[in-house]
Order: sequence, then structure tokens, then C-alpha cells
Amino acid sequence: MSFLTYLINGLSLGSIYAIIALGYTMVYGIAKMLNFAHGDFIMVGCYIIFSVSAALSGNSVVGIIVAIILCTVLGVTTEFVAYRPLRGAASPLAVLITAIGVSYLLENIALLIYGADIKSFTSVVTWEGVSFAGGELKIQGVTIITILVSVVILIALQLFINKTKQGQAMLAASEDKGAAALMGINVNRTIALTFAIGSALAAVAGALLCSAYPSLSPYTGAMPGIKAFVAAVLGGIGSIPGAMIGGLVLGIVEILSKTYISSQLSDAIVFGILVVVLLVKPTGILGKQIQEKV
Amino acid sequence: MSSILEVKDLSVYYGVIQALKGISFHVDKGEIVALIGANGAGKTTTLHTLSGLINADGGSINYKGHELTKIPSHQIVTFGMAQVPEGRRVFAEMTVLQNLKMGAYTRNDKAEMEATLATIYKRFPRLEERKNQLAGTLSGGEQQMLAMGRALMSHPDLILMDEPSMGLSPIFVNEIFSIIEDVNKDGVTVLLVEQNAKKALSIANRAYVLETGSIAKEGDAKELLNDEAIRKAYLGE
Ligand SMILES: Nc1ncnc2c1ncn2[C@@H]1O[C@H](COP(=O)(O)OP(=O)(O)O)[C@@H](O)[C@H]1O
Ligand SMILES: [Mg+2]
Repeated sequence: MSFLTYLINGLSLGSIYAIIALGYTMVYGIAKMLNFAHGDFIMVGCYIIFSVSAALSGNSVVGIIVAIILCTVLGVTTEFVAYRPLRGAASPLAVLITAIGVSYLLENIALLIYGADIKSFTSVVTWEGVSFAGGELKIQGVTIITILVSVVILIALQLFINKTKQGQAMLAASEDKGAAALMGINVNRTIALTFAIGSALAAVAGALLCSAYPSLSPYTGAMPGIKAFVAAVLGGIGSIPGAMIGGLVLGIVEILSKTYISSQLSDAIVFGILVVVLLVKPTGILGKQIQEKV
Repeated sequence: MSSILEVKDLSVYYGVIQALKGISFHVDKGEIVALIGANGAGKTTTLHTLSGLINADGGSINYKGHELTKIPSHQIVTFGMAQVPEGRRVFAEMTVLQNLKMGAYTRNDKAEMEATLATIYKRFPRLEERKNQLAGTLSGGEQQMLAMGRALMSHPDLILMDEPSMGLSPIFVNEIFSIIEDVNKDGVTVLLVEQNAKKALSIANRAYVLETGSIAKEGDAKELLNDEAIRKAYLGE
């Protein structure tokens, strides 16, 4: 029974990684850049929920909505101010370094406003959860909600990409920006939309992450951000189902190895798996062959 | 006849290298105009500049009375100019039908779009047979047809084609050239870039010869086809 509990917890943590990884992978797919500040958008979302909930004496629904809106604005603004001017720069390193800079900027702004001490985050999920087998198997409400939310997000994204014009434009621009422009697709706007979606997802991931692990600091987003990046690479960067699978694998491996092997070694095991998978299949689990376009 | 496209003194630089040295040419309504020249002459640069993928550094592009040099690339298709790019550049991860729908991205009338799709399937029955297949799995000739169909989905008045016969087997080459003639007969003006100068000149009304960024020669396509220097330089005779 306890194995099942750990598995479900792993699935839940994996779902959070997956939601973050979706943002990474979509942005990479279209902008061909790693947004290293993506993890910090999670932290920003958490502080917004924290502050709004405090101001409204515990109403977290409004907090989540405000966090989604503000993170979306933050993502689009960051893209416009910091990344867009560097698109087509001589070296792709320029935008990568800028993203690291944005990451430090956000962490330090949070440090200025909220200080370094760890804030205790009140879970946005008030539901206790369910027990089975006479209390032997207990699943927390936040665990179930997290898994459900990630499933809903995945389905919604697939529908958006396959069934809407904007989604198809996103796919087209991910493949070939010049050809997409010839079709009449406004590539810059499509990239901005992708950042908007990725950042909104970061806010959702933040709400779930801090509800499951309720301590909030300016560095809350950093490690989950890196793990989600690993998940995206593991699944095949650029692939939406890949991000989902990569996230779930990572979450389950992390929880199980923490439980059965060693909590100190769990991160090493997670990164070890990445190395092994990349050695066997350099493009990740669902990654496509990388084609150089002329 | 009236000009649909009038290019004047167009110049383009890549960094310090001048790829187009102030070229001027025009395309009249209903024509097939060929733009021929050796590898690296600036043909693709010309078409990319017309479509706004590259910014002009000087000169003007007048299309149906609109100055295009300051218009962003994604808006140019709405003026009725489409391009079949060099190397086809179909969206490999999307199906044939999804590719065709991308071609109609700027058109909002669904019924009209469906009607255009039907005419394209009629012209390219192979595309209909393979409409749910990923474009990346098509053969080169089929991808070329898809790239043409995709451009036609925008219902253009002028279609720019960049080396549509490149890398195709002789059977496909003939088919592609006869399709270009058919498209033209249906009222679409064509600016055709080709390295296969013989084929291009044989279906074109007029032609321009581009040499290292300058127009070296222009005239009636049939006359150029019989021109001694052209035969030597471009027809391998
Ligand atoms: N992106 C680019 N950057 C720098 N030089 C380029 C670029 N694209 C083309 N060129 C150069 O511009 C010239 C014209 O190229 P292009 O228009 O592709 O010729 P064509 O299509 O006639 O073969 C060539 O000398 C080519 O090397
Ligand atoms: Mg070329």
C-alpha cells in the first residue's frame, strides 16, 4: 500500500514538473531559446498568490487568477523587452545569458520585497483528500487536484494546437518562421502568445507546487525550474507529449528514489537518468531528429 | 498591358556584401516572367525581398499601387502576392491538409476557403489522396505540389516561384512546368526563378538574366532562348 502512495505522490510531483516543462518546451519549440527565467516565474506566481491571499484574508481563488494574469504579463513583457531584441543576434548565447540575467533579476526583486526568510504558504487546495482500505491508503486533496489539473492542461493544449488557427500557426512558426510569415502568420505575435501560455502555466504550477510543499522563498522556483528543464530534455525538447512524459518520469523517479534509496542521492539519480537517456537517444524520449533548415 | 509589379533600383546588403545592386524589372498582369541566373546571382534574395522576408536597403517595390518595402512580411500575402519558396519548405510535421489550410491563414471566409481547396485538389489529385499524411513523408515532387497548392490557397494575383524544379526527376519537372502554365492560364501572374533556364524560357513570356546582383540582360523569352551568349552561359551549349 505504501508503494502505491509513493507512486501517486511521484505522479503528482511529476505533474507539476510536467506543467513547468510544457512552458519550457513550447517556448523552446518556437523561439529556439531556453528561458532560464521560467522557473522564477513560478516563484513570482507563488508570491502573488501569497500576497493577494493575505490581503483578502485567505481567498486563494482570486490570488490564483491575479497570479495567472500577472505572470502572463510578466512573460510577454520579458520576451518583448529582453529576448525579442536579441532574436537573430550573431550568437544564440546572447539570449541565453540574458535569460539567466532575468532569472537573477526576478530572484533579487523578490528578495528586496519579501526578504530572504521562508514564508509559510497556505495550500490553495482545502480539500482533505480521500482514504482507501480503511485508512491505509490516503491520498491528499492537493495530490489529486494536481494530477487532474495537469491532465486538463494537456488536453486543452492539444486541442488548442490541433484545432485552432492560432495553435496551427504556432506549430508552423516552430518549424519554419520564414515559411510561416509567407503564409501571413505574424511570427512575433505568435511567439508572444507562446510566452503568455507558458507563463500562465508557470503560475498554475506555482500554486500547485507551493500547496504541496508549502515553503516559499525567492529561490523556490529555481530547482523545480531546472528539474522541469531536465524533464523537457528527457521527453524530447520541443515535444508537448514529451514534456508530459519527461515530467512524470522525473517526479516518480525522484519520490521513489528518495523513499527507497536515499534522499541525498535522489537528485543525482534524476540527473543520472538524464545522462543515460541522452546517451542512448540524444533527442530525448519523443524527440524528433533535428533537421538543419537552409 | 499594365504592370502588376514594378521594381525600381532595388538593393540589398548582407552585412557589407551587396547581393542586389539596384535592380529594376517589372511584371505585367497575366504574364509569366522568368528570372534566370547562376547559383548565387541573387534570385532568392530578390524573391525574399519582394515577400518582405529580407528588408530592402534601397529602391522601391510597387505592387498593385502599394509600396511594399515598408510592409511586414506577414501582411504582404494579404495584398495578393504568394511565394513558393526555394526548397519547398512545407511544414513537415503537419499534414497535407493542415499545410494547405496554413496557406489560407489570412482568409476568413470558410466557404470560400473550402471552394479554393476543392480547386486545388482538382489540380493536384495526389494531394487529396494524401491529405492526412504528414508533409515530411511526401516525395520531393509531391512536396513541390504541396508548396504550390499552399501558395495558391491564399488566392494570389501574383505567385513567386523559386526553383520549383530543383532536385526533381524529369517526369516531375515536366509536370511542374505544365502546372505552372495551367495556373497562369487561370489568371495568376507568375514570376518564375529557375536554374533550369531552358524550361523556364520555353514557358515564359519575358525574362531577365541576373548576374551577381545586376540585371545583365532582359527581353522576350523566345529571343533569349535563341541568344548565343545565353545558350552558352545558361543552356550548357
Ligand atoms: N543570409 C545570407 N547571408 C549572407 N550572404 C547571403 C545570404 N543569403 C545569400 N547570401 C549571398 O547573397 C548572394 C545571392 O544569394 P541568393 O539570392 O541565394 O542567390 P541565388 O538564389 O541566385 O542562388 C550569394 O552570394 C549568397 O552567398
Ligand atoms: Mg536561390
